Amino acid sequence: MRMDKKEYAELVEQTAPKTKEGKTILLAFAVGGLICVIGQAISDALGALLPQFGAKNIAALTGVAMIFLGSLLTGLGVYDKIGYYAGAGSVLPITGFANSIVSPAIEYNKEGIVFGLMAKMFSIAGPVIVSGISASVLIGIVYYIIGLF
Amino acid sequence: MDIFLTYLKVFAVGGVVCAIGQILINKTRMTSARVLVTFLLAGALLEAVGLFRYIEDFGKAGITIPITGFGKSLAAGAIEGAKEGLFQACTGGLAAVAAGLTAAIVFGFVIALISKSKPKNT
Repeated sequence: MRMDKKEYAELVEQTAPKTKEGKTILLAFAVGGLICVIGQAISDALGALLPQFGAKNIAALTGVAMIFLGSLLTGLGVYDKIGYYAGAGSVLPITGFANSIVSPAIEYNKEGIVFGLMAKMFSIAGPVIVSGISASVLIGIVYYIIGLF
Repeated sequence: MDIFLTYLKVFAVGGVVCAIGQILINKTRMTSARVLVTFLLAGALLEAVGLFRYIEDFGKAGITIPITGFGKSLAAGAIEGAKEGLFQACTGGLAAVAAGLTAAIVFGFVIALISKSKPKNT
């Protein structure tokens, strides 16, 4: 079977990358889902242990626990290994946010504590915090104005 | 069996959120900072228009553990504050995520201090 270059390129486009892409998506799904299940289990356990805490504080405490786990696993060098396979599955959960802080902080520690560690720990978290707080202020003001009428 | 079904839903919703993120990375070559910001703002927007709670009722930690939950808390705090006044509307978001943000910064700082940089051989 003869085909010109364009047809061949289309065939490659259709077959080769998809299987690899499919694998990355499946891994992201599995790891991301699993991290969320761990979060749910921690939330349920904390809710049973501290019934007086209230749903809001349990949710905040669950976030703190997950952030601790993400930071610890990054410090031990485990999280970045998971991330190599899991992609978005390890980036998007809150543990990945913790990883995005600890990972550059460790890497740039040798450049000094102030301008290395403390400054570089926000190289990824910085945009997240700036956009998140700005969005929350905007939403707050819009809701305040709507509330006036 | 109820608890099994709950955890299955958590797994499915959390998995779908991360799969969408992975598709975005594959299709647009987005960096992880951009993906995080996109999903954070998506979570805040979903809360602002009142849709987040429907996903949360179904998927629980599946939507609150990903960064979308961080965005939701920011928006929910601002909306809560807006009921009291303009000042609280501006400070409510950050107040709502104070625990998580403090944890991320302090744990991050302490753990980075005591961890040795490892050569990347992945």
